[in-house]
Amino acid sequence: MTSGRHRQTLLALLEGWGGAGCEAADMGPRLQHALAPYVHEMDTDWLGNVVGLRRGVGPDPRPRVMLAVHMDEIALFVSAIEPGGFLRMVQAGGFDPRVLIGQEVTVHGKDELVGVIGAKPPHLMAPGERDTAPALEELFVDLGMSEERVRAAVRVGDRITVRRSPIPLLGERLAGRAIDNRISFAVVLECLEDLRSRLHPADILVACTVQEELGSAGARAVAEKYRPDLAIVIDVTFGTSPGLPPHMSFELGRGPAITMGPNIHPRVFRALRDTAVAHGIPWQLETTQDTTGTDAGVIQLAAEGIPCGLVGVPIRYMHTSVEVADYRDVVDCGRLLARYLARLSREEVEGLTCF
Amino acid sequence: MLLKELTEAVGPSGFEDEIRDVIRTHATRYADHIFTDSLGSLYCEVHGANTGPRVMLDAHMDEVGLMIVRVDGDGLLRFRAIGGIDPRVLLSKPVRVGPHRVWGVIGWKPVHFTPRAERSKVPGIEDLYIDIGARDDREARQVVQPGDVAVFATAFEPFGDGCAKAKSFDDRVGCAVLLEVLKARPLLPITAVFTVQEEIGLRGAEVAAKRVKPDIAIALEGTVCYDVAGTPSYGEGTKLGGGPAFTVYDSRTVADRRFLDFMIRVAEKHHIPYQLRRVKGGSNDFGAIQVSGRGVMGGSISVPVRYIHAPVQIISMDDYHATVRMVLALLQEIAEGGFTPPAGSGGMKA
Repeated sequence: MTSGRHRQTLLALLEGWGGAGCEAADMGPRLQHALAPYVHEMDTDWLGNVVGLRRGVGPDPRPRVMLAVHMDEIALFVSAIEPGGFLRMVQAGGFDPRVLIGQEVTVHGKDELVGVIGAKPPHLMAPGERDTAPALEELFVDLGMSEERVRAAVRVGDRITVRRSPIPLLGERLAGRAIDNRISFAVVLECLEDLRSRLHPADILVACTVQEELGSAGARAVAEKYRPDLAIVIDVTFGTSPGLPPHMSFELGRGPAITMGPNIHPRVFRALRDTAVAHGIPWQLETTQDTTGTDAGVIQLAAEGIPCGLVGVPIRYMHTSVEVADYRDVVDCGRLLARYLARLSREEVEGLTCF
Repeated sequence: MLLKELTEAVGPSGFEDEIRDVIRTHATRYADHIFTDSLGSLYCEVHGANTGPRVMLDAHMDEVGLMIVRVDGDGLLRFRAIGGIDPRVLLSKPVRVGPHRVWGVIGWKPVHFTPRAERSKVPGIEDLYIDIGARDDREARQVVQPGDVAVFATAFEPFGDGCAKAKSFDDRVGCAVLLEVLKARPLLPITAVFTVQEEIGLRGAEVAAKRVKPDIAIALEGTVCYDVAGTPSYGEGTKLGGGPAFTVYDSRTVADRRFLDFMIRVAEKHHIPYQLRRVKGGSNDFGAIQVSGRGVMGGSISVPVRYIHAPVQIISMDDYHATVRMVLALLQEIAEGGFTPPAGSGGMKA
């Protein structure tokens, strides 16, 4: 099995940042650069979405398939500057505050400043307090600078991201922050790389969306603007780890999860599944009983209703700064998408509205 | 750089091999005689030009760390703490594990599966595990065995305005001060001891003090500092940038007033900023040394460390340099007869 072409691209992207609402500062340009060799046209919008178009070879009018990956990550904002120059935080996207204590962070102020998140030590706690983890409001960022210098460099509203380079683990596994959802962009790159040697009838729109962690504002705008005939959303899912029910989590290294349920068009699900089976690509079934917590939630309702598929790789410890993934799943997921797109015909896409 | 080399070396209590070798490499250049004891503490003697009281300078080289106690079937590593680690600081942190220093991460359940009420619970260390990316226990055991130790994977870096961040400034900053003092070739006969097992109860220092039988002993530490947002002054312990901190009392000692006054006089005479360490909690090697044998005169001098025992600790470089100056000034004053031994203290031959 190949280890893929874009592992290094992913590692570089994991050094970047893009908290929701702030994607255009760093992540947007990085994704455009990575996408450029594979697309014929590129577009951005006011929200910060990045969309690339790779034309297919089918006769006009060609169906349009959107591959949607969100580019934002959960992030923190400066909410106050305290006496002494310590920063208080609010969050954009969901952290368990317990994973923030003792972390190194980057404060994206006038310059990028390194900080450390502090919390009250045990010697200052009342007896009852020792069994309680502090809330986010009780944590603070220590910049090791005087209040005067902090006030000159940082404003309320500046973004804070956990400072962590990707970590190589055994085999093909890696750990880091914002693997949710940079790894899905790596899936798209692996897919596009695979498609270089194949013909695909449909036009492919690669949509890198903003603000998924805040409710998919980016995906809604992109879907309304481009009105694709079909959208495949690529987003991470839960990897097996202690404390998670086995029926709601997926083994790392055993292939992408393909989702079924009300948010997913049943024939898109079946076609993805059948493609995996036909090509011997390992896959895992993810069932959902409601709207998925992904961009597919809003895309399905956009325009006159857009059929959606959902695939993704499992990651452990989601929304921590040590999310763990297996790159073999990225390669398998990219291969699955490439094989699916290579045979997707106009008739099949048109048929999706006929029940 | 000395502080970088010392803080990035591995050495939880009882597993000080790597840090000892790093320190020995430096100390060999400055000491007249170097030896170890059966616990692993490293003794570096400087004979000095003067005769005078035998001074023992102490810094502990061990650090708090983790020990792997079990490899689970799914390849995750279960661990226990060596020394006092608040489990709160462990979540979502990278570590280096075992003799091959493989990377690992301390995972945590996704927030999506964590009801709000549960988010204020403090996890027990038994709930935590290290993920090195192994697919199963067989793959994990190729690189890690139960009994291997792990440490935080924090890089030393300059930080903020004149600060530095690293793991284990407690007490690698004391080790660095002590090496700088040896390098300056003080005139007194000195035994510098880099002790083991401080973090599990000052155990290396207890043996070292009995062996050295010093007339005067000074422990060099990295100590608690919590001068941050919203902390009442009584909880600060020390202030970052406030200079070397002299212990007034801690959980193991009450400072000898005569030696404390001597240190203050020397600091003022040499225009070295200083402060008093003023929390009851915590202790350091002087607690064991003071009660050794027939009792030992001395005290302890600490560099303030924010977030002590956590993965990322902060010091002020000004405090560090001032602490080196302070120890050298004390040795100079002692050599010049500036500290008069109390009558009947015994052992004072000068």
